[in-house]
This record gives sequence, structure tokens and C-alpha cells, in this order.
Amino acid sequence: MRVFVPCDSAALSIGADEVAAAIARIDSTIEIVRNGSRGALWLETLVEVETPTGRIAYGPVTPDDVQSLFDADFLHGGTHPLSLGKTDEIEWLANQDRVTFARVGIIDPLSLSDYRAHGGLLGLIKALELSGDEIISEVTESGLRGRGGAAFPAGIKWRTAAQATSDQKYICCNADEGDSGTFADRMLIEGDPFTLIEGMTIAGIAVGATQGIVYLRSEYPYAITTLQKAIDIARADSWLGKSVLGSTYSFDIQIRIGAGSYVCGEETAMLESIEGKRGVVRAKPPLPAIEGLFGKPTIINNVLTLATVPMILAEGASAYKARGVGRSLGTQVFQLAGNIAFGGIVETAFGITLNELINTYGGGTLTKRPLRAVQIGGPLGAYFSTDQFETSMDYESLIAAGGMLGHGGIVVFDDTVDLAVQAKFAMEFCAIESCGKCTPCRIGSTRGAETIDLIIQGVRVDENKKLLLDLCEVMTDGSLCAMGGLTPMPVKSAMINFPSDFTGAAR
Amino acid sequence: MKYSPFSQEAALGLLASLREEKGPVLMALQLMQKEFGYVDKACVELIANFFNKSRADVHGVLTFYHDLRTTPPTEHQISICVAEACQAVGARSLEKEVKAKFANETHDAYCFGNCALGPAAMVDGKIIGRATLAKIERART
Repeated sequence: MRVFVPCDSAALSIGADEVAAAIARIDSTIEIVRNGSRGALWLETLVEVETPTGRIAYGPVTPDDVQSLFDADFLHGGTHPLSLGKTDEIEWLANQDRVTFARVGIIDPLSLSDYRAHGGLLGLIKALELSGDEIISEVTESGLRGRGGAAFPAGIKWRTAAQATSDQKYICCNADEGDSGTFADRMLIEGDPFTLIEGMTIAGIAVGATQGIVYLRSEYPYAITTLQKAIDIARADSWLGKSVLGSTYSFDIQIRIGAGSYVCGEETAMLESIEGKRGVVRAKPPLPAIEGLFGKPTIINNVLTLATVPMILAEGASAYKARGVGRSLGTQVFQLAGNIAFGGIVETAFGITLNELINTYGGGTLTKRPLRAVQIGGPLGAYFSTDQFETSMDYESLIAAGGMLGHGGIVVFDDTVDLAVQAKFAMEFCAIESCGKCTPCRIGSTRGAETIDLIIQGVRVDENKKLLLDLCEVMTDGSLCAMGGLTPMPVKSAMINFPSDFTGAAR
Repeated sequence: MKYSPFSQEAALGLLASLREEKGPVLMALQLMQKEFGYVDKACVELIANFFNKSRADVHGVLTFYHDLRTTPPTEHQISICVAEACQAVGARSLEKEVKAKFANETHDAYCFGNCALGPAAMVDGKIIGRATLAKIERART
């Protein structure tokens, strides 16, 4: 008899440990598996019971519900007000196309036998039969683009690093998921860490790198613990180390923990931070793929990019690129966040509309008030109004609509939001987090916040709006990285899409 | 949380564990804070000497990162996420409430990756979703 109670930190944040403890108190003979989260976060704590006909779900369960679950014989799938039926048939989950997140929430994150039983390691085994060149061709062919937000074709980056000659190359996984509204990297690491390790190992084999580093943010303590355990298990299993799965390849992974700096999610600032320095952005070129960590050729990919590679190798590039639209191929792990009724992970092919994500999956706002704005792609992403809800969610369409997909996070706001206040926050956040290298970002952000404040107070509104737009242009053109370069995006989109908030009259 | 009292000997012993690391300065500062609860002033020179860096190098790193602090922490540590997703569900009013009661031990944070169950908070290392003042008070004890 197995009962699943998630150990994902979102589930823990609303009492999953207490639910697990309550179950164990009533019947200590039950085997409680601490799985990752299925991603339907409003149903947490989602308790599942293994039955001969499949897993039956109950949620959201609180510790106080546990006795009544036993009374209803939930161990045999008994009916209860919290019963959701078979987990696989919950519409919200069943309609998704889980590729990168295929195993998250299903397996015990730290069980290698679970991992293998659900298709784990097939990508790496396939990669060991191929040459580095063939692996890179497969990744290129799949159309996989960088999921961190820059959307650069992964295969081309890998080819560049492969062609560089060096005594040492690195695979750096960017797990500094600092964008508000995003949590997919965290959930993948907490729910299926071996997939990331497998993807990094394949990348290492493909380009001739023997050392991997995961730069993981300190705000994710549970993910740090899980990933470290997974690395130790992979080492003990002779997967990581001198001989990867008995081959002639050597590969190992170290975790480096961030220290609360947002800009260190920018790839060159991340390299500086891994080198133990201030997280100050580097000028490019040289590209990190040629001269990266400690001056050596380095692949830097986001967690989701690397975690998708095993599936591409196992099932073939054509299976992956059969999904999506235009040049946005495969699936995107969207994250529904903020003031949303049904928040969580929605993995689906590119091309779904914003409306489908927010209303069909998300169910509108949590507060039941009218939805007014969504911010897509983190603190540097644009604010969209409901007029733009038919936008196709893919890289090119979002750029055409004046925004960007970023890391796929979507933050929903109800009608109490004041977009001038949000625009001011974008500038303030930039002022706090700027690394200080570029003047437009370091100083412009402070001047920007002050100028928006004047607009809010109704001081020379038209003049200050013009000044603000001019400042935005300077920041965009005069900053090395996305911190200063894209902070104008939320500001300008708020001004364009919500002009009534920038009139100087109190809302 | 329990920390050891700072001493130079203990610090040097810990630094020795990083001897083989490349780019060890940030790791060294993090290790000091993990052990002693903060980075003592004396650590700047210790780390600089141990890893053959200038004091300016170490000081620069110490003052760049929000996580690092140079004074001992309060007994309890409360972080309230005030980033956009949590703002959308009332993080600003929660922040005010919590700061009114626990001003000395409350800090702003930007994102714990719990953006669908906000407002999010971290109390003594434990994550809190749909956070309220009452939940934070409970977690604090």
C-alpha cells in the first residue's frame, strides 16, 4: 500500500509534511512516498493512493482532513468530498503535454529504480552510442532553444563549445531562477533531479566537458538538498565520476549556491559569481562558449533546456519538433502565478493562447475580481492587458506583441493593480539589483523610479512621461545585459497598455 | 537557529576545507555565515590571506551579495517575498503587518519560487505559502 504526499516546497509551504505525519500517526504501516508535485498547486497538498486501477487523488488535503480520509477508506480509493478521481484523468493535468516534466510528481525524486522504470537514463544510454557531433546534430535538429529566456538555439551553442579546443570545458547549469512568477526549475530539481543530471552528462559528452556546475539560488534550500542527494546517488551508482555508466567518458557535477543576487541569473554575472567574485556582468564577446568559466569554453544552459535533452535523445529530435509553431518548437513549461485561481505548471506545445492559459487552465483570478493585467516573463517582461489575450504563446508572437516569453512565468493581477506603481517597482527592483557596471542601469533606474513617482503625484505629467520614455531608450541601448536593457519593457508596456494609470490622477 | 561563536581558529579550520576549490572567496564567506551566523569583520583579512587575495577583493564580494551580513542575526529570521507575483496577492500589506510586529527580524526577499501560493515567506528556513501574520507567528515559535 503506497500513499504519495509531495515533498515539493510549494506543497510543504502549505503543510504537506504535517499531512504526511498525520497519515503516519494513524497507520504507521503505510509506505508514504514523498513525490514531487504534479504541478496543480491549488490542489496541494495532493495526496494520492496507489490502487490496482491507478493512482487516486485527494486534494487539497489539510492535516485536519486526514482522519476523515481514513474513515472514507481512501486507502482503497473510497469516496470523500476531497476525492478527485484518478490523477491521470484530472482534466487540468490530462490536457497537458508533459515532456520535460514527464516524471515530475509521479516518481520518488531520489529513487534511481523509479527513474529507470519511467524512462530515465535512456537518453544518456543513447548518447553513449553516438559521437559528440551526432548528439549535437540531434539537439540542433530538435529545434530546442534556451528556456532561460534568451531562446538561443541550444545546438548552435553546443557546436561552438565543441569546436573550441581546451584542456578543460565546463557545463554550467543556470538554476538562478530569480524571476518572480517562475518556479519550474525549482519544481524540476525537487521533483526529478536525475533528469537534470542526465541532461548535463549528455551535454558534457557532446562537447567534451568533464565538469558540470549547477548555480542554484540560496532562496531554494529544499532544491539544494534534493539535488545534492541526487548527485551523491548518481556518483555512488557509477553514473557520475571517472567512468560514466562504464564508458570512457568522465563527468561530475558540483553545486555552487547563489547569495541572493538577481543579476547573477544573467549568464556572465553567474560566471563571475561561480568564480567567487562580485556578480558583475561581462561584455560579450568573447562568448562563454569560447571563453567562459575560468576562461574556458563553457556551455551555459537553463535547467529546463538541459532537462529536455534526455527526452530528445531518447525519443528523437523529430518527436520533439513535431510540437509547437513556427520557430518555437517543442513544449514550454508555463508557470501560472500571482492572483490566479488554479496556479501551477502547465506544460504544453508552443502556440496555446494567453487566454487558454489564464482562463481555461488558470480559472481567472484567485480573488474573483476582474482580471486587469498579466506580466509575462518575469520582472523584465511586459504587462499585457486583456485586449491581448488572443496572443499566441511562442517566442516570435510575444516579441511582435511588444513582450517576451522569458522563462515562461505568467503573473496575474486583478483590477486593484495600479500599473504606474508596478512600473515604479520595476525601476526600483533594477536599482536594487543592478550590478552597477553600466551607468544607464545603475543610475537610470533610480532616476526612473523618481520620475514615475512624479507622474503618480501628477507633477508635470506629460513632460515627465516624455522624459521617462527617453530614459527607457537610453537604458535599453546603453546597458550590456538584460537587467538595464529590459527593465524598460515592463515600464513602457504599462504606459502603452494602461495609459489611464499614468495620468497623474489617483486611481 | 544555532550558530557557533566566532573564533579565528575555527574560521581557519573551515577555510582549509575549501583549499582545493577554484574561485573560493564567495564560498568562504558563505561558509563563515553558515557557521557563525554572520561574517565577522576579521574574516575579510583571514580569507584574503588564506586564498592570496587582496582585502579589497574579499570586501567587494562581501558587500555585493544581499545574503551576506556582517552582524550577528536576530534569533528569528523572517523574509517576506515582495516580488510581483506575491504583490498580486497582498504581499505589501502582509509586509507592513509583519514589520509592524517584528521590525528587527524581517527582511524583504525577491521570490522563493512559490508564486502560485503567495504571498510567500520564509521563517527560520521554513517556507510558508498563503502566508498570513498568524502563520508566520506560528512558524516563528
